[in-house]
Amino acid sequence: MRRSGASPPRIDSGVAARVRGDFAFRGLVLVLSLIATIPLLLILAFIIVRGASSINWQFITELPKPMGEPGGGISNAIVGTLLLVVIATVVSVPLGVIAGIFLSERGKSRLGSVVRISVETLMGIPSIVLGIVAYVWIVRPMGHFSALSGGLSLAMIMLPVITLSTEETLLMIPVTLREAALALGVSYPRTIMRVILPAGMSGIITGVLLAVARSAGETAPLLFTAFGNPFMTVNIFKPMASLPQTIFNYATSPYPEWQSLAWGAAFVLLVIVLTLNVVTKLVTSRWKIQF
Amino acid sequence: MKLSRIAVLALVLCAAAALGFGQSIELVGAGATFPAPFYTKLFDEYNKQFGVKVNYQAIGSGGGQTQLKNKTVDFGASDVVVTDENAKSFPMPFLSIPMVAGSVVITYNLPGSPELKLTPDIVADIFLGTIKKWNDGRIVALNPSVKLPNTAMTVVHRSDGSGTTAVFSDYLAKVSADWKTRVGVGQSLNWPVGVGGKGNPGVAGLVKQLPGGVGYVELIYALQNNMPYALLKNKSGAFIKASLASTSEAANVTIPVDVTKVSLTDSDAAAGYPISTFTWLLVYAEQNYDNRPKAKVEAMMKMIWWMTHEGQQYAEVLSYAKLPKAVVDKAEAILRAVTYGGAPVLK
Amino acid sequence: MLGGIAVSVLLIAIFFSLLLSSRSALVANGFRFLTGATWDPVTDTFQSLPFVIGTLLTSLVALVIATVLSLALGVLMGEYFRSGLFAGIMRTAVELLAGIPSVVYGFIGLFFFVPAVRVIQTAIGAPPYGVGIFTSALLLAFMILPYSASIGREMISLVPADLKEAALSLGATPSETIWKVTLPYARSGILGGVLLSLGRALGETMAVTMVIGNSNSLTFDILGPGNTMASVIANEFSEASSNVYLGSLIEIALLLFVISTLINIAGKIVVNRMAAV
Repeated sequence: MRRSGASPPRIDSGVAARVRGDFAFRGLVLVLSLIATIPLLLILAFIIVRGASSINWQFITELPKPMGEPGGGISNAIVGTLLLVVIATVVSVPLGVIAGIFLSERGKSRLGSVVRISVETLMGIPSIVLGIVAYVWIVRPMGHFSALSGGLSLAMIMLPVITLSTEETLLMIPVTLREAALALGVSYPRTIMRVILPAGMSGIITGVLLAVARSAGETAPLLFTAFGNPFMTVNIFKPMASLPQTIFNYATSPYPEWQSLAWGAAFVLLVIVLTLNVVTKLVTSRWKIQF
Repeated sequence: MKLSRIAVLALVLCAAAALGFGQSIELVGAGATFPAPFYTKLFDEYNKQFGVKVNYQAIGSGGGQTQLKNKTVDFGASDVVVTDENAKSFPMPFLSIPMVAGSVVITYNLPGSPELKLTPDIVADIFLGTIKKWNDGRIVALNPSVKLPNTAMTVVHRSDGSGTTAVFSDYLAKVSADWKTRVGVGQSLNWPVGVGGKGNPGVAGLVKQLPGGVGYVELIYALQNNMPYALLKNKSGAFIKASLASTSEAANVTIPVDVTKVSLTDSDAAAGYPISTFTWLLVYAEQNYDNRPKAKVEAMMKMIWWMTHEGQQYAEVLSYAKLPKAVVDKAEAILRAVTYGGAPVLK
Repeated sequence: MLGGIAVSVLLIAIFFSLLLSSRSALVANGFRFLTGATWDPVTDTFQSLPFVIGTLLTSLVALVIATVLSLALGVLMGEYFRSGLFAGIMRTAVELLAGIPSVVYGFIGLFFFVPAVRVIQTAIGAPPYGVGIFTSALLLAFMILPYSASIGREMISLVPADLKEAALSLGATPSETIWKVTLPYARSGILGGVLLSLGRALGETMAVTMVIGNSNSLTFDILGPGNTMASVIANEFSEASSNVYLGSLIEIALLLFVISTLINIAGKIVVNRMAAV
């Protein structure tokens, strides 16, 4: 028989319930978090399984075949995406870096706030709206679709990303570096070009790569600018195929041959985009400038 | 350092562009998905034989008309002749050349893929949303030997501007007064029910995936995807299965003087399929606009001539009907009317 | 210096371009553009309500799902696993989610989510469309998740430690602390993150247009097909035949531009206010 006073203190049942609730909450949070990552696993699983089997030499080097015929490849789409991204980069990087420099120097001023709001607004514009703008500005006056107009719509998407990441990078460079250069008599433009920019180069490149990863996957603006092309072309004044548009056209078709082309194209696109994302992460962590 | 790299890139791009100017003739066309399997086969063959490249984007008849209007393409493709009203907004007069005939079939997704018989009023009521289930009394009465399930019907229509839609709605307006008043005829309609797919392939794809789905596509899309399609009762009272033969029957009509006024829907032909149509290529009558090089225009006109003559041999294997002789004669006359700087391009 | 101004000039040029290109439609459609529910190219009647409602419905459903999931992620990475291998893996996973292109999401949507939703619909007796507002909202939720999750995590980690420790020392369990102290404190920051994600969701085009069913009638049936502003532009832009048709689509683009800009600004203001505290 238990003697009162010698038994261990009983935990209040209310507290026990709360402890159980704590456990349940933690479990819920974990479960929900894992659910959030489901699509990533799904995407990787589906695309790796179905896409990798579509990849062969024919796939990378051939052009698509007429509707309903088996075989064919996406060589034109791969080249098209590369060219479109190059055009977009050439146009957006100079402007974006300059704007980023401006924001890092004068970000706090009245004009700086106006510019910052402009950049952030630009970032929030849906890509399809930018595609319409490119159509009105370039396709219509030019009279035909072109890789140029597609590249320019992608440039408008990349611009704010590059601007903001350049600003962020440059703000991390200690002001002493700039002041030292200026104190030594280096002119202001030279200070920017020879001292500040090189110091922030890895961060700027990171920003560019991230912007590239984003624009490589954009489809909507290309629908009525680059338009697509079943042939291979490197002429930027002609319509051009692209990986995302190929995926879109073929994924929604009922032909199994085209659908497997789409899986393969999605595989290639994902490899490009995810590699860029992972590489930039490694670059940032490894090459961060130590001051 | 960075600037010079960019300059080099820009130079490379210019070089690439310049290189592009020396390539073989390239034509850009856009439009209907209805004849797209036929056209893409033709362009592929023409490229193999003559080296001319054609970039054809199947974005729907509406897209073909708009892009030609905006002069962003060399030719447009449309299943319907442009309405007079729309034609007014084109910057210059254009010509419509008949290319081939095809049929719009009602395809569906039912277990066992049975062959169903349908009448015009049933079809209209399906797409109006009045008939909602597959085992509706009227359908059962027509198909006593088929075990129709108690599944809901999911209508699939086009989400883009479509000549196929225009032809289909033209037919429905002829056979159903209800359809005529409630929905009307056109490339883009205010559909009472259903989901939209992009292009003929999009509709076929959706119907293929949706149990109980029903949609309208060009015959070849149903055939290439092994999808069942309905036998439709025509004006003469016979239940016709869409095929090369029944399309040709429907196409064998007296051609009016202005071939663009011809309509094959609700055909009088005894063995003709009731939803058939010609499909058209659209080009400007005077081809010397925007500095178009003469060589390119000649290449294009030769190709279209080839398409209406030698190219017709590729139609039947894809179940499109060749142009009847009377129509080919009309096409020749239209093609000869295309001029460059006032002089006819084709002799 | 010119570079900075160039960006602002670009933005203004974009706005005015959209305005000018749609002027014929602005005049023809009038105010009914915003209130009417008929989109009928046959009669040249263009009214945007079906798409505005469609956009709102997909975005709001997506927001609800995304907020729940990103709160979970924010709590996980802001409280329970702030560092370490698991935290690193989760963070990388979420960031990778952000990098996946919209069209790839749409592809997976077509081949996985649509059949899955169809199974659910058949089970509850609804028409087995598979495509529809709910399916696209589901996809959208996963697409905007990374943004609200990272902002949420930041906001949660900004909560002062002494507040949390006070609660714990008074006998609250860790989860009670999170639920009753941390989350309410970070509430406005989380709201800001939600608004920013909404801004992103409004403009998503490709994934939505592939799985939403493209039905242009006004509907509130979440399990059925619908259409959004971005999606209808993608579907119909290259073939809008009349000037009013094209202008009306550009008018929708203008509306989209204005709405997403306003929501983004609102979100930024809320987030900045929280971070400044």
